[in-house]
Amino acid sequence: MAADQLLPKKNFIASVQPKEYSILNLGPTHPATHGIFQNVMKMDGEMIVSAEPTIGYIHRAFEKLAERRPFYQVTPITDRLNYCSSPINNMGWHMTVEKLAGIEIPKRVQYLRVIIMELARIADHIICNSVIGVDSGAMTGFLYVFQWREFIYEIYEELCGARLTTNIGRIGGLERDFSPLAWEKIHRFLKDFPDGLREFENLLVRNRIFMDRTIACGPIAADRALQYGFTGPNLRAAGVDYDVRVMNPYSSYEDFDFVIPLGTNGDTYDRFMVRQKEMWESLGIIKQAIDKLDKLSDKSSIHADVPEFYLPPKEEVYSSMEALIWHFKIVMGETAIPKGEVYHCVEGGNGELGFFLISDGGRTPYRLHFRRPCYIYYQAYPEMVKGSMLSDAILTMSSMNVIAGELDA
Amino acid sequence: MMMMQQLTLDQVQSRLGEFLGDALVEMEMLYDMLTVTVDKEKVFDTIRFLKEDVDLNFHFLTTLCGLHYPDAEKPFGLMIQLHNMPSNIRIRIKTFTSDTEPVFKSLTSLWPAANWMEREAYDFFGFRFSGHPDMRRILNMDSLEGWPLRKEYPLEDPFRKDKDDKMFGR
Repeated sequence: MAADQLLPKKNFIASVQPKEYSILNLGPTHPATHGIFQNVMKMDGEMIVSAEPTIGYIHRAFEKLAERRPFYQVTPITDRLNYCSSPINNMGWHMTVEKLAGIEIPKRVQYLRVIIMELARIADHIICNSVIGVDSGAMTGFLYVFQWREFIYEIYEELCGARLTTNIGRIGGLERDFSPLAWEKIHRFLKDFPDGLREFENLLVRNRIFMDRTIACGPIAADRALQYGFTGPNLRAAGVDYDVRVMNPYSSYEDFDFVIPLGTNGDTYDRFMVRQKEMWESLGIIKQAIDKLDKLSDKSSIHADVPEFYLPPKEEVYSSMEALIWHFKIVMGETAIPKGEVYHCVEGGNGELGFFLISDGGRTPYRLHFRRPCYIYYQAYPEMVKGSMLSDAILTMSSMNVIAGELDA
Repeated sequence: MMMMQQLTLDQVQSRLGEFLGDALVEMEMLYDMLTVTVDKEKVFDTIRFLKEDVDLNFHFLTTLCGLHYPDAEKPFGLMIQLHNMPSNIRIRIKTFTSDTEPVFKSLTSLWPAANWMEREAYDFFGFRFSGHPDMRRILNMDSLEGWPLRKEYPLEDPFRKDKDDKMFGR
């Protein structure tokens, strides 16, 4: 296909002389795009006249796959949506099924889940913000904070055995309690991470070069952002205080005291700052959760009493008949699940991550639709980069935190 | 300063009932969400009413997806979810049709966000949206045949002989 057939014809720049634009194919794999994103850009010199994104390079048909998997086996699929914050996706899915089945989760488990989810949010924002630094030419900050992301992965490893695609928790609770080593690591993280984060902020936040580079880069106004279905830090950077944790609290978020950071211009700098402030808020939430756990009389429960969903402990599976039967029933999806349709959303790393689940009472979801925040707001990208420099387009993309796994599902 | 009146679910229900009249097929609470099934011809108008009415103010398009119930009288459906953020009310609009290649009125004139959502519904269910600026497949390759999320579409390549899954009832 000829290049100009790929692009809609737009007379963006009125020029006296007929101008010849050049076509730049950015991606699908390009070191600066951090993922599989293709954009066919029409360039006037270094300025972008229009961009045409092509997506779907890592599409894996999760919605179709989910229709053949027992509820319990859908969790690993959710890992692979936004793989920078898999635990949030896992918890979101568990909570969706719990909502469908009407399972009450003990407070202790809810608080433990909050700790895991906030750690995941910090890990997600570390990646996004440090990569903004890299794309604007500041490698140092990235190397400093990536140690902490690595440390969070070590905590995940201690909690569930996996690092990236965590498959953490179970429908009905958590797979296992936090080990003493996990607690030790979490406390060490809370003690030492603020210094690392401050160091990172010192490098970038008031850095003249970074500010000149990111302020007014890829801005979007609040009303436009809402029309484009923005959620999460990108919407908050434009000044709309929408956060699912506050709007529709889940997992006892209503018990916590935290601030929703807001920006004003919706540009790259604001998105960076909103994420930066959110990390501090997340740290505060984790501390509050630990305090609340100390005050709870319940010191041991890690799951609700739902043998139909919660896998029995392995020792029992190997030694008792009942546990073995339950194990098989759960793994094969032979549990009684009510009919119904339910929508549950959580505040993922990028915004409202929603699960629309229709159950016909069978062993698999009848229909499962993921509301992926990235997929919805990435369509604003051409509008956001139109008229800007190519290097600003790269920064805009990384500051929007478009994650290929979530985009393509 | 005048305080903005909070919208209640009852108000939404009565206003919608009034607006829809005979076009209302069903209105029910499914878990925490008001779900309204609407006659296909009236979907676009209903959504525009919900969005543009000053009091209702469902200004945010949360998500949109296709549905398929092969055994039903009207097998194909479209689900749209809207959100009124100031009053924090969510609503789900559904519509069903017996056409095998349904055409819905595109929501892109109301929200630019509907663009890719509708393309996804086209890509996976074969629903067409009249008035959509760019009705192409989005996640699947252009040369794909069939509509993958329709129930009759096999999950695995039906021509493969090297897989025997009868033990697992697939």
